Amino acid sequence: MKLFGHKPPTTAWVGLTIVGFNLLLALLGPFIAPYSESQSVGHTWDQGLIEIEIHNGFVFIWNTFGPWFGADPGDYVPTKGALILGADQIGRDMLSRLIYGARMTIGVALVTTVISFFIGITLGFAAAVLGSWVDILLSRLVDVILSIPLLIFALIILGVFGSSIPVLVLTIAFLDSTRVFRLARALGMNLTVLEYVEAARLRGEGTWWIMRREILPNASAPLFSEFGLRFCFNFLFVAALSFLGLGIQPPYADWGGMVRDNAGAISFGVLAPIWPALAISTLTVGVNLVVDWFLSIEARPSGAQAEM
Amino acid sequence: MLKLIATRALLGLVTMFAVSVLIFICTQILPGDVASAVLGQGATAETLAVFRKELGLDQPAYYRFFDWMFKALRGDLGISLTNQHVIIDELLPRFQNTLFLAGYAAVIAIPLSVGLGILAAIREGRPIDRISNILTLMTISVPEFFIGYLLIMVFSVQLGWFPSLSTVFPEMGFFERLYNTTLPALTLTMLVAAHMLRMTRTSVLSIMSSPYIEMAFLKGMTRSRVVAHHALPNAAAPIITVVALNLAYLVVGVVVVEAVFTYPGIGQLMVDAVAKRDVPVIQACGLVFSGVFVGLNTSADILAILVNPRLRHRR
Repeated sequence: MKLFGHKPPTTAWVGLTIVGFNLLLALLGPFIAPYSESQSVGHTWDQGLIEIEIHNGFVFIWNTFGPWFGADPGDYVPTKGALILGADQIGRDMLSRLIYGARMTIGVALVTTVISFFIGITLGFAAAVLGSWVDILLSRLVDVILSIPLLIFALIILGVFGSSIPVLVLTIAFLDSTRVFRLARALGMNLTVLEYVEAARLRGEGTWWIMRREILPNASAPLFSEFGLRFCFNFLFVAALSFLGLGIQPPYADWGGMVRDNAGAISFGVLAPIWPALAISTLTVGVNLVVDWFLSIEARPSGAQAEM
Repeated sequence: MLKLIATRALLGLVTMFAVSVLIFICTQILPGDVASAVLGQGATAETLAVFRKELGLDQPAYYRFFDWMFKALRGDLGISLTNQHVIIDELLPRFQNTLFLAGYAAVIAIPLSVGLGILAAIREGRPIDRISNILTLMTISVPEFFIGYLLIMVFSVQLGWFPSLSTVFPEMGFFERLYNTTLPALTLTMLVAAHMLRMTRTSVLSIMSSPYIEMAFLKGMTRSRVVAHHALPNAAAPIITVVALNLAYLVVGVVVVEAVFTYPGIGQLMVDAVAKRDVPVIQACGLVFSGVFVGLNTSADILAILVNPRLRHRR
């Protein structure tokens, strides 16, 4: 099967499946989820179908019907597993909250990345096309912003303005746009010296027109791959801030916050905080696999490789 | 060459100054009025006025900035708004804890990843190269806390080898401290080792494609000798840069890892201050983190200049 005129390798299919599945969850969440995100349907940290135990160096994975391999079925307590992934810290269904959380976590990261790209591309192309003092001013400003670690900068802004979803989205978008700026400027610099841009200038087209009609279409391929990488970065960033208790605030379900809320369960050997963390990891790996495929198609240099 | 180094060091200082201006703008000027931002909308006009005077907000901004900066240079970072403690006294021991943890992780991560990276470059395309490639891709795209909780799940809850919470206190002996911080150090190691390994491999391999390496092969030298004697001296500069960048990342990545293991470091202090909106503490922590970040980046550049054979033997 071909996609965009290319045949995706197996890894890309895995990535596309993961991304598609997550998007489906985000779009259809409330219709799929067995329970609501705030309804208490069990007891604190009820065990789900799956639990992991290690005896004498062997890993045992359990389900309702007994261990999958290895141990004595007599150990098993049958009341477990009424909820597939168990319950969270106040007895809400983990699976339902994961499904609801998909919408919040992915949505915030997506909106953030879109805003970040809008700011970054506009300013980056403007710096490339206009040159002179606009370029110098913007580039130096970005240099200074990037010499503060991003997480620390985000913490400073959130500390001053307090944490709400709009502040969170704008803060991360603003900080992330500095990276997009660098890529967009580099791409724009290579394109502005070409003849057709010169021709457009001589025709008397305005800066905005040149940026939109001459530069953007020719820079879109590397920017598209970069979008996937920046999305991953922002997604992990939102999750990390929520994990620290400074991102998306309750009562909304979001994956980073769910890890934080259920962190205590880990010392009882309950897997509750692992599920949302696993969901985050899976989606990031999926997007990365798709981006890898895109990059291999383009095989053009991108800012992504020089990325730290 | 001395001139190059001096320029780079000066640039580091200028950057640090610019960074402190930026932090000051973000915390003092952007919010408009820190006093009402901290006290909230319910504050009366009198409490606001008293609070403003206490913060020195009746002074002009440039005066406040230089006052803050010179005091910070002398080690006076002000007083916490929430518990009235002197910030520097609270910050220093925590900063030492953070450095201890980051140092521990660095001692494991650097030899491991640089060694494996060189090995992967020597055995390009062989199983060891493939395995390290897959492992690094996996650890790069996974959040810090996932690695942390997995390690707790396996090594602390199931196997009982290490404690799940890394409590340290000043009277603790060195080895006990090492033992208690093993899991967070391992988490940090996995975070940065992957990136260092990949970059080491790439920088060695990029040197391997240059003509003088081909010449060495044509002389009949073995691949490992070519890598060790001819490629490494030229690959050292990029490797050092990568190591320093990752050390900088280590100090920042510590924020989340400290939260996972409730380790009393400067990251926890900053997160608590952000939750309580304690602006002076946020400023101080931000300054310290950025200082370490800029310092490491600057020293990376200077070291890279020092080890670059072409810059050392300039004609």
